Amino acid sequence: MPDASFVFAQSLSGLTAAMFLFLIASGLSLIFGVLRVLNFAHGAFYMLGAYLAYQSMLWLGPGPGLFWIAALGAALGVALLGGVVERVLFRYLYGKEELYQLLFTYALGLILSDVAKIFWGTQQKSVSRPPELAGSFSLFGATIPQYNLFIIVLGPSIALAFWFVLQRTRAGRFIRAAALDRETLGALGVNVDALYTWVFMLASFLGGLGGALISPMRATTPGMDTEVIVEAFVVVVIGGLGSLWGTFLGAVVYGQVLSFGILFFPRFSIFAVFALMAAVLIVRPWGFLGRPLR
Amino acid sequence: MSARGLTWLLVFVAALLVPALGSRFYTFLANDVIIWALLATSLNLLVGYTGLVSFGHAAYFGVGAYVTGILMKKLAVPFVLAWPAAGLFGAAFALAFGFFCVRLTRIYFAMLTLAFAQIVWAICFKWNELTGGEQGMPEIPYPDFGWLERVGAAVPLLSWRTAEYFYFLTVALVAASLWALHRIVTSPFGRMLTTIRENAERAEFIGVNVRRYELAAFVLAGAFAGLAGGLFGIFNRGVFPDFAYWTKSSEVLIMTLLGGMGTFLGPSIGALVLILLNQQIVSYTEYWPLVLGTVLVVLLFGFPGGIAGAVGVLAGRLFRWARSA
Repeated sequence: MPDASFVFAQSLSGLTAAMFLFLIASGLSLIFGVLRVLNFAHGAFYMLGAYLAYQSMLWLGPGPGLFWIAALGAALGVALLGGVVERVLFRYLYGKEELYQLLFTYALGLILSDVAKIFWGTQQKSVSRPPELAGSFSLFGATIPQYNLFIIVLGPSIALAFWFVLQRTRAGRFIRAAALDRETLGALGVNVDALYTWVFMLASFLGGLGGALISPMRATTPGMDTEVIVEAFVVVVIGGLGSLWGTFLGAVVYGQVLSFGILFFPRFSIFAVFALMAAVLIVRPWGFLGRPLR
Repeated sequence: MSARGLTWLLVFVAALLVPALGSRFYTFLANDVIIWALLATSLNLLVGYTGLVSFGHAAYFGVGAYVTGILMKKLAVPFVLAWPAAGLFGAAFALAFGFFCVRLTRIYFAMLTLAFAQIVWAICFKWNELTGGEQGMPEIPYPDFGWLERVGAAVPLLSWRTAEYFYFLTVALVAASLWALHRIVTSPFGRMLTTIRENAERAEFIGVNVRRYELAAFVLAGAFAGLAGGLFGIFNRGVFPDFAYWTKSSEVLIMTLLGGMGTFLGPSIGALVLILLNQQIVSYTEYWPLVLGTVLVVLLFGFPGGIAGAVGVLAGRLFRWARSA
């Protein structure tokens, strides 16, 4: 048995990974919950977020506070792109068969990731950590980078903010209503088309933010989109498609299974994650906290 | 002989004549197309005929490739046994996975097939002793064509290289497999699958055990995917974990959709068009995914029936136009 501080550090690293996955998977889950489309292109939005953050840092140069501007700018850029994609292409998918939705969003992902390749090539890009959070500190004998702690705090904050918007604001009520019954909401005088665009933009924003924030921790490379989208699928399936807290829980479980799997059974950690996904689908297809589809 | 039978015979003979063109490259391409055609047709049994959208068909392809590869390379089992074993293992995995999959519907079905395929991929990726892990398993031997080569060497016009003998073998085996698949979809069993696709609830009402039929289709599709994988490992001169990765599953789905799910030959046409297109495009640009994505978007919006569907519609219009004129 490894000593406690090591286990603690491992658990925190799993939690950091989980919070990134939560950012990405929450967007995926939101699009599925409201728009009823499983969006394979979401991984590409995440990747574009990372590349845009890198590009913005090139323009802005190093300096205190600039990383946050770059990250936020990248996420907003991705959100804008998401809005355009929804308006021009995505809206023809609503209510279509799953096969068409899956392949269409897959095709969209191919296009977006190749466009990223045209702009940024195949070389790895890396962003240095923001100077404010470059240090690290010790906790229970483990060394934890400040940036990781920031991510661990950020994840639940975003989940809470998200929950607040969904449950306590007018816009959130509309979003929940649209997930339940689009037609009735439209008949009550809400502009559902515009609402869908906003929801898609919000989801793209979260995906882009995830990519932008991970860029100081992992190199940005082509192919990161196909990797992450499968991970995000696992998370939303475990937690429950369309459920916010389910996605949060799914991300935490995923992170812990992966990081402790690597610790104790290095050969089986990836296997364990997908086995968990299959087991959840078999026993409870709608996930831990989701509700059965109508 | 019927017109359909004649067409099949012509395609078969034309395929056999490819090596006579004298280009190794054409033979290589044709071999690639033929194996993918079998894989796409096996998937179509599920997607097109039964209406089950599997997003993990690469799993059975990968299983077949590894089974034949391991048997032939590590255990020196002859091809005659190693290839059917690929089909058997493909069917066995499909039975184990399909048992759970057919209990789910729609998006959950697709997600579970994806999860199982990723499990297969993870095992292939990590089990170094058996599968060679991340590095895969290179240098899968060709089947033994010893006596054929001796006979061929004696007859002037019949001396081919091993790759070409393997090509002939592939053509024959895939033709036999496609024939079997065609028999399946035109049989009463196949008709019942179509009924389930059209309206599973009504099929249930008239006393059909829908799940059992779906499972049977799943197992058959897995078996033929395994057979395709067994051939592909040898053709590719190596077996690698990404045979079972989820992007492979989507590639096959794209082929099936591109060619047209509504017809038996559609997926084969899709395999042909996609591989030839790929060959052409990559000689001009490295941005093949961009082209593929664009083609796919246009196809999904403009021609939901795929190439075969579009040709059918066009032919119908021409026919009506000719009659009215």
